[in-house]
Amino acid sequence: MSDNSESKVSDNDGLRAPEGASGSPAGLPAGLSVEGISKGFPGVQALDDVFFSLRRGEVHAILGENGAGKSTLLKILSGALQPDSGRILLDGTEVHLRNPKSASDAGVAAIYQELSLVPWLSVAHNLFLGREKMVGRFVMSPKKLHRKASEVFSALGLSLDPNALAGNLGMAEQQLVEISRAFSRNARFILMDEPTASLTETEINLLFKKIETLKKAGVGILYISHRLEEIFRIADRVTVMRDGKSVYSGLAGELSLPELISTMVGRSIGNHYPKEAVSPGEVLLEAEDGVSGPEGILFTLRKGEVVGLAGLVGAGRTEWARKVFGADPDPEIRLRISGTEVTVNSPRHARDLGLGMVPENRKDHGLISGRSVLHNITITILDWVSRFAIVDRRRQSAVSAEYIGKLSIKCPSDSADITTLSGGNQQKAVLAKWLARRGKIIILDEPTRGIDVGAKLEMYQQMNALCREGKGIILISSDLPELLSMSDRLYVMHERRFVASISREEASQERVLAYASGLNDSQILRNGSEGV
Amino acid sequence: MKTQQGSGLKTVLARYGSFGVLFVITLAMSLANKQFLTLPNLINVARQVSINTIIAAGMTFIIITAGIDLSVGSLVALSSCVAMIIIEATGSSLLGIGAGILVGGAAGAFNGAFVAVAGIPPFIATLAGLTIYRGIALIITGGTPIIRFEGGFLSLGQGVLLGVPVPVIIMAIVVILMDFLLTRTTFGAHIYSVGGNVEASRLSGIKVGKVKFLTYVMGGMLTALAGMILMGRLSSAQPNTGEGFELDAIAAVILGGTSLMGGRGTIWGTMVGAFIIGILNNGFNLMAVDAHFQLVAKGVIILLAVLLDRYLKRKQA
Repeated sequence: MSDNSESKVSDNDGLRAPEGASGSPAGLPAGLSVEGISKGFPGVQALDDVFFSLRRGEVHAILGENGAGKSTLLKILSGALQPDSGRILLDGTEVHLRNPKSASDAGVAAIYQELSLVPWLSVAHNLFLGREKMVGRFVMSPKKLHRKASEVFSALGLSLDPNALAGNLGMAEQQLVEISRAFSRNARFILMDEPTASLTETEINLLFKKIETLKKAGVGILYISHRLEEIFRIADRVTVMRDGKSVYSGLAGELSLPELISTMVGRSIGNHYPKEAVSPGEVLLEAEDGVSGPEGILFTLRKGEVVGLAGLVGAGRTEWARKVFGADPDPEIRLRISGTEVTVNSPRHARDLGLGMVPENRKDHGLISGRSVLHNITITILDWVSRFAIVDRRRQSAVSAEYIGKLSIKCPSDSADITTLSGGNQQKAVLAKWLARRGKIIILDEPTRGIDVGAKLEMYQQMNALCREGKGIILISSDLPELLSMSDRLYVMHERRFVASISREEASQERVLAYASGLNDSQILRNGSEGV
Repeated sequence: MKTQQGSGLKTVLARYGSFGVLFVITLAMSLANKQFLTLPNLINVARQVSINTIIAAGMTFIIITAGIDLSVGSLVALSSCVAMIIIEATGSSLLGIGAGILVGGAAGAFNGAFVAVAGIPPFIATLAGLTIYRGIALIITGGTPIIRFEGGFLSLGQGVLLGVPVPVIIMAIVVILMDFLLTRTTFGAHIYSVGGNVEASRLSGIKVGKVKFLTYVMGGMLTALAGMILMGRLSSAQPNTGEGFELDAIAAVILGGTSLMGGRGTIWGTMVGAFIIGILNNGFNLMAVDAHFQLVAKGVIILLAVLLDRYLKRKQA
């Protein structure tokens, strides 16, 4: 409860002398801060008397599980939402951020997880979207646009082509364009929501460098991320939120990683990755990589096993998994399922063969949005709970209730809209539909992306439970520690091929990254960490 | 628990939205004209509304999958012309009606194939259908109406059973059946799924193409059924009939709270929507409002109704 006292301190400070920020030794001038902000939605108090401040030239990370109120706070600071009570102060003066425009005028810019560039406009045009007058009163001069964009990029030390179509850029580059846009608008505070969620390691490094540049330019950065390791790399201060309250605020490094996690969840999590040992059974699945050329490594999955797929982004892991599942049918990929050779030609076919897939893109490929939890869970088994195509609602809700209980999916009722659930619970519902179908082979593609620590742990426990039941799991994850800890064996992919098969004991981050970067055995034996 | 209440309230309010509009318009019309709120006139309204409701019921299925069918007006003409030609040739109303509905199913399959198999946007595929079916109707009739004053088919449009017009009875059966199909069967669940998220549905093992295809076939058959009723009521098949029917049907679906983005909607809502339009038409006629003004007023009222509905839904969201 020390956090409460800290909140009070900053409250008093705020009332007496807005310029002198709370308990910080540095004594930097106050930047953007909120005092006693509350915000309720029907059925949930998203923010409850929250105090928070973001100074110029600092990176302030907000941690918390999904539903802790981080995004709501961010939306209030960016003018997208209005608080029910409390004040927002800009350099000690109360401001009203009625909409994103007024926040932008006040120098606050938000970069959301879903990027907001217009894909068929050039990078330069995107940079000045809505401010075309800066480039020309009526007729926009392409030359001037190009020059102005280049100026912004060079100020940030970026090498982006202003003429490129925004839609052709990778996620990281698009993000950099958004950051440049905020910067060119003289944003003094940039709020970032999960900026690294879909970036590769190299891209993250680049992003962090740019964040340093912004810091030096005096920009205050609010940073929300589920990747806790990042916090230690980049944050100056950390605030932890739980159940709509700010429960901790302090300098980064004051608390260790486990301490931060237990502050976030309100309990201590003993083991980050509670992988249980298994004794694999018979072979469930054998598959090739489907790339012509010299015979590659054969992928095998046994009962009770978690087999991880490692590789850099773009190595073709998701593509391979989608082919195996019949989402993008490929006759080149022949599978042997429980001894029988098949070529999967549709997800329906895969379903009937006992395969299930929790796709990487939950929102677009996993959830049937606008429909109930019940509908989402039972969509795969309607034929089992119906007679003459008439659904037996009692049996349908019994199945749904069984899996809501089994996976402890937290929802107000099974008729709640699936999109109102937290990310972790949505993910569990997507998994539930395949368990309901009694899938034997479950493909989990980035199953813990964007979900909070507690939900991650539950996902790992589910994987253990599935293994105990004799199911086989194919795990794709860009979170290397997770992949190494949760897999019994690993295959490493490089340029759409399986290049290595590594046992749990032999696996190390360095080794996996070396294979993933395309090094061969002899190179790796000579120098394990070369090329990493 | 609160959210549960919220979602319950939401559906009530969402329904109340279009019902409220229906109520207000009914009230206004009965105040404006004494003749309006009489049993004969209400039965008359129901009969006038039946054709649009039947077409709109099929349209609801299609729109819930995030599709659209612009060809229904032409298909009313084509199906009734084919039916009448068969009746003229064989003297059998049953054969004619069967053929007419078959033509509806075939045209729906044609639309559905282009949408679901070839992947052409529904707007374009059915826009093509709109001109093709109209063209065929004109070709096979030589452009002139076929009039016939005898045959069982007449009772489809003109018959009365226990004081209730046959079209109204057919409408009631269609609405009940379609609602059952939509809310209680696997097919209905698949329709909502496909509209909610087509890719997630496909990855859940739903045969997305088949579901879409079937909605167009059903839409075509219901449209043809409406064509049979119209043929009976007019004692004729007219190759030029049905123009603009697609707009009335779509308006009814939208007024009934179905989202053009797909995933949401009910048959009951659509019927309420059809009644809103029907009552407007009827009331204006009773008040002898100039037909040209009627068009403008109808459009304005539809816009206002949708705005009101949206306002009510947003308010409690």
